[in-house]
Amino acid sequence: MLGKSQTVFLMGNEAVAKAAIAAGAKIMFGYPITPTSEILEKWIEFSPQNHTLYLQTEDEMAAGFGVIGACLAGTKSFTATAGPGNVLMQDAFSMAEALRIPSVGIIMQRGGLSTSTVIYSQEEVTLTCFGGNGEGLRVVYSTSGLQDLYDYTLKAFATAWKYRFPTFVLGDGYQGKMKGEVEIYKPQNLIDSQPILLADKKYAAGDKKSLAYYYPYINQLTHRPLTNISLGDSVNLRNCLNLEEDIFEIIESYKRDFQKVTPEIVEYEEMETKNAETIIFAHGIVAAAARVAVERLRENGVKVGLFRPITLRPFPTQQIRRVIKNTKRLIVTESALGQFGGMIKEALYGQTDIPIATYYRPALGITPEMLVDKVMEIEK
Amino acid sequence: MGNKFQNFPKSWKTKSKPHLFCPGCGHPIVLKMLGQAIDEMEIAKKTVFLIDIGCSLLAWDFFNLDTSQTHHGRTIPVAVGFKMARPDSLVIAYVGDGGGYAIGLQHTLSVALRNNPITTILVNNTNYGMTGGQMAPTTLLEEKTSTTPLGRQIDIHGQTIKGPEILAGVVADSAYVARGSVRQPLVLKNYLKRALQTQLEKQTFSFVEALSFCPTNWKTAAKETLEQIEKLEEQFVCKEF
Ligand SMILES: Cc1ncc(C[n+]2csc(CCOP(=O)(O)OP(=O)(O)O)c2C)c(N)n1
Ligand code: SF4
Repeated sequence: MLGKSQTVFLMGNEAVAKAAIAAGAKIMFGYPITPTSEILEKWIEFSPQNHTLYLQTEDEMAAGFGVIGACLAGTKSFTATAGPGNVLMQDAFSMAEALRIPSVGIIMQRGGLSTSTVIYSQEEVTLTCFGGNGEGLRVVYSTSGLQDLYDYTLKAFATAWKYRFPTFVLGDGYQGKMKGEVEIYKPQNLIDSQPILLADKKYAAGDKKSLAYYYPYINQLTHRPLTNISLGDSVNLRNCLNLEEDIFEIIESYKRDFQKVTPEIVEYEEMETKNAETIIFAHGIVAAAARVAVERLRENGVKVGLFRPITLRPFPTQQIRRVIKNTKRLIVTESALGQFGGMIKEALYGQTDIPIATYYRPALGITPEMLVDKVMEIEK
Repeated sequence: MGNKFQNFPKSWKTKSKPHLFCPGCGHPIVLKMLGQAIDEMEIAKKTVFLIDIGCSLLAWDFFNLDTSQTHHGRTIPVAVGFKMARPDSLVIAYVGDGGGYAIGLQHTLSVALRNNPITTILVNNTNYGMTGGQMAPTTLLEEKTSTTPLGRQIDIHGQTIKGPEILAGVVADSAYVARGSVRQPLVLKNYLKRALQTQLEKQTFSFVEALSFCPTNWKTAAKETLEQIEKLEEQFVCKEF
């Protein structure tokens, strides 16, 4: 799958900008916010030789809706933000969700409530997974280090344009700002970006490039259709509907699509889970600490393993249910007050009698030592 | 086959007519002038029509033009993004006075300051039509709305906004700013044409405010509707700025 690769020394945010270029993105819209500002700065720095465009917008709403406009026109584009900016940006992605507009958002989580801190946190999980008013019909990759930032930014564009669900890369300030070696490469096949809002009569219905392919229910349309699209010599799209039944039907069709492609999209990492008596559930940067903790505990003969969902949407529910068979203890840890923990518990509801221990440190770092201590505590 | 729509602009979509605006509404007059302007300039193929949430949302399948609704107040940034991706297209953001002067004012101003090559058409009916006639930034002093039942008061509700006057003070020389009225549709059409020409020929910013009727929320019959817009024209100067 990889083209020619090269190892370079990069900051996390720089790796994201490089990956977006490699993914074929042509425009970045952004509003400065720590800890993501360098993505926009680096994008601008890399622009001349890559012929890309950018706009520093008046706010994150303009950035998000700028992405919508460019993607409607068929140009891969994206934005990056954090914390309060993520709140504002999500409005646009709810429109992307409603109209199946492929689009990418990069998020480096900031700490907690309101403006708060800027470095270490996993408190934008619920916001990123479910957005504003919407149903969470989106893909969220939770990255766990520098290489992940490159790999999953690249993948986010492929996923968004292949499946037409808005796609997010969810990092944190720590990952965005850290520096180290990253293997960079070009994907061998880039997915084409087709205009959505331009009547393009080149493509016949049934052709994979036609709009009807992406909106399979289009053929059922009559005047004042039951859906949000009207086709003739032009494309007419709406997100405001008159009848509850209309929106119900649209959501149902999107849900079916989402469920159908979930097995293709879902990703997770397992470490030492085979004979594990204790399973740690962690995602993102906390999973990086959990890996080290598992290594140390295993060296001391403690049968512990790690399960890390990489996609938080869609969530690896089936795999989680499988991995807990034959275990004795479960523990969920995150730098938040149970946003991820709630997802694990929902996946396990009615599946097991084993109590689920929690180790929540909202906006605080979680070290391998802390996790070693926590595991030893519940082993007793 | 006789065409019962022969008086309609070619760019109108006949199968979505009759339209959904209230009887006597000004929006369809603005849209008719826009349709004629597009026909006369023969630019339907390159035109992309982006509409706000407000009564403008009713125009989602009004034209045989590539059209999309956006969110309330966010049509202008969608237009900017589209135009960046497709500089050869003609991009119109069609918004109400709530969308353009309240919830999306930062976008209205920012595109003017940046001289972004899009055309904003803002329909000023001095209230929030879609949500039932609440006060808008354009509501006149003393004007009664459902949220100013005793009339708009300067010390409570603030001054009425004059959009083109503000924008004229910040735009580049190459930009185009005008205010027309649905009471003078042909003058309005000329302004719309010049705005579209500005985008096409100079690739710079253009803005037209259209004073418009909202008989439903003004609670006016035809005669009073005309009297009301004449009153508005005294306060909102119709001209090229
Ligand atoms: C974010 C958001 N806030 C509020 C609304 C509710 N809303 C819908 S239309 C509208 C006002 C429309 O007024 P205006 O922009 O003046 O357009 P008009 O209907 O008068 O043409 C409001 C407040 C919304 N859709 N979205
Ligand atoms: S409420 Fe007013 S602006 Fe809206 S359609 Fe009716 S008359 Fe027109």
